[in-house]
Amino acid sequence: MRALILVGGFGTRLRPLTLSRPKPLVEFCNKAVLLHQLEALRQAGVSHVVLAVSYMSETLEAAMREQEQRLGIRISLSHEKEPLGTAGPLALARDLLAEGEEPFFVLNSDVICEFPFAALARFHRQHGGEGSLVVTRVEEPAKYGVVVIEPDTGRICRFVEKPRVFVSNKINAGLYIFSPGILKRIQLRPTSIEKEIFPAMAQEGQLYAMELQGFWMDIGQPKDFLTGMCMYLQALRAQHPEKLHSGPGVVGNVLVDPSAKIGANCVIGPNVTIGAGVVVEDGVRIKRCTVLQGARIRSHSWLESCIVGWSCSVGQWVRMENVTVLGEDVIVNDELYLNGANVLPHKSIAESVPEPRIIM
Amino acid sequence: MALKAVILIGGPQKGTRFRPLSFEVPKPLFPVAGVPMVQHHIEACAKVPGMKEILLVGFYQPHEALSRFLLSAQQEFKIPISPRQPFPATHRCHQMLISPCLAHRYLQEYAALGTGGGIYHFRDQILSGGAEAFFVLNADVCSEFPLQEMLEFWQGHRDAHSFVILGTTANRTQALNYGCIVANADTQEVQHYVEKPSTFVSEIINCGIYLFTPAIFQHIGKVFQRNQQELVLYPYLGEESSNGWQRAEVIRLEQDVFTALAGSGKLYVYKTDGFWSQIKSAGSAIYASRLYLNQYSKSHPERLAQNKPGGPIIRGNVYIHPTASIDSTAVLGPNVSIGEGVTVGAGVRVRESIVLHGASLHDHTCVLNTIVGWDSTIGRWARVEGTPSDPNPNDPYAKIDSETLFRDGRLTPSITILGCSVTIPAEVVILNSIVLPHKELSRSYKNQIIL
Repeated sequence: MRALILVGGFGTRLRPLTLSRPKPLVEFCNKAVLLHQLEALRQAGVSHVVLAVSYMSETLEAAMREQEQRLGIRISLSHEKEPLGTAGPLALARDLLAEGEEPFFVLNSDVICEFPFAALARFHRQHGGEGSLVVTRVEEPAKYGVVVIEPDTGRICRFVEKPRVFVSNKINAGLYIFSPGILKRIQLRPTSIEKEIFPAMAQEGQLYAMELQGFWMDIGQPKDFLTGMCMYLQALRAQHPEKLHSGPGVVGNVLVDPSAKIGANCVIGPNVTIGAGVVVEDGVRIKRCTVLQGARIRSHSWLESCIVGWSCSVGQWVRMENVTVLGEDVIVNDELYLNGANVLPHKSIAESVPEPRIIM
Repeated sequence: MALKAVILIGGPQKGTRFRPLSFEVPKPLFPVAGVPMVQHHIEACAKVPGMKEILLVGFYQPHEALSRFLLSAQQEFKIPISPRQPFPATHRCHQMLISPCLAHRYLQEYAALGTGGGIYHFRDQILSGGAEAFFVLNADVCSEFPLQEMLEFWQGHRDAHSFVILGTTANRTQALNYGCIVANADTQEVQHYVEKPSTFVSEIINCGIYLFTPAIFQHIGKVFQRNQQELVLYPYLGEESSNGWQRAEVIRLEQDVFTALAGSGKLYVYKTDGFWSQIKSAGSAIYASRLYLNQYSKSHPERLAQNKPGGPIIRGNVYIHPTASIDSTAVLGPNVSIGEGVTVGAGVRVRESIVLHGASLHDHTCVLNTIVGWDSTIGRWARVEGTPSDPNPNDPYAKIDSETLFRDGRLTPSITILGCSVTIPAEVVILNSIVLPHKELSRSYKNQIIL
């Protein structure tokens, strides 16, 4: 089977992290987002994945060459010269996708969940329609594409993108499977699959929905990245508790790379991810944070709801909170207070940021 | 030469800018660089040869903390106190001998009599024992106290009945907040004096430290008589209470006496470049602490903490009371004063702060630009931080600003103050806030007054 992953654009909402790396290569719970998806696809029998990219494609390509061997999966890049939206890339990759004459998966690169690819493939074959998408229930549907479903058949009657009034609490989770026939509907031009293709398919009764079990998150912005991390770690606790960290000073769900070092008298967790080669010095308190590879957190600091970028150095007695995001290689001097600071890469911070703002 | 010193300590209605700290202790007793504010004055006066007695004049009731200060100072210097009441019940005096030849006394005004009225009221006490000259010092200033130099300057004059004001240089904008002095460049005679003018008069400002001779009382007496006459002529003028005679005795040295003496050939200014600051707000107490701690390296090196094996890490000038208990992994300074019985836990960082007696800082806390009140507790990993109001370090004549509490309807960022017995929970941040005594907080606060 084949799959297309819509990697697309600049990942602007996950800046400053995406200024250093393409979004699929940002580590989510110590593994690149893309890798979470590739591994799940591989498990469902996918042998060829097409990445529809437009930004930092060389970096992505190089990283993927490494993974191809390891995963035993063929990876092609479909390079958009101009942004083609959410449907256009399918047209661009038409030849690659239609090759096998069997259904292919399409997914957004921002999505993290308990990927149900095998179940989705079965569901799709059963109803015989042209397309199936995964839906999930959320509290605030107006931010997403909302789906109204016929209860017995699972057929989608209506598809409304970001509705102004409440329509349903089931939203498009960004995971699809399509029969090759869909490619006839899509032209090679910027096209939105949600606004242009799906509503038409729904009207013709060709679109079906499968409800997702388990957690789901669009991790395209830091706040949701952290929420998604909490959900993922909770699922990990239920399914693979041995992968989580335990020991003195560890509270709740904590994931620590084996090469990371944690000092004495620290209290880490709940909901913390510590990446490879990270050094956490003595007396540090971390809650609800992701600390990316190579960062150093110096002694007696206190972090809550933060993302610490690759190779950052956070000084002693620093307090960071309220979705503070440090880009790559940021230095935070001792004794500062960062509240909701969004710091671009390679910056040195010498003054406190008492109210949320962006530091360029 | 027989000398005396009078320290004007004010009373409870004064010093409201020092709340909530002044709820617990009169401002003159607030510890600055580890000792009560007014003790720096006393020590400076005690060093001047010929000093016979030091009098504290103010209108605090003796049953307040002042008695405790006199008592504890008695314990520190091992001196007996014997209360004396030579005057009717409205006056109370406490006698304390700091050494066989240097007496201290507290003279309580029955009402706020102003900077001139107090010394005028007690002029007999001041002059008793044949004092040839006497210093008058405001308690709420921090200074190098160049008293000996003022004395030598005064002795250099031909006129033994002249008076000297200690002056220093301010920048043009800030000078308007003080008494401004225009002086003859050669003789230093004061030609013009204006208290807090609205337009620029001079950069030389009045430090609130004076050297007087007994002749001053004639000049103050004239003001008193003039006040009395005005009241006789216009008995119902003014919004004050009907207690007319009380008003006549309220005399301000600055507005009423110096302004009149300027240009009369009696008043001189001795200019100093030594450190000087007013202590009006909590922020200025921290600034004054720094100035005095710097001075300790010359005057009282034993008061400065040193780096020792097994002791905390000391940066810059730090005062630690001998009974305080500090973890060896704490990092203190610069400009930190740790009071009696304070406990500081592991990995604590304190900088530019005053920690008052009995307070307890738990592990990993970070305390910056803060005054931690008596017996307060700060929980683990909490961050308690204020904003310094220091004068511009690039301007040698800049003085600390008397910032208003609010600007544009919002609290001006300033030193964080925890009143007495405040509890700060673990892991919160308290930023630019003032917490009134006996509050137990349960969350973070920023830029707020917490009642």
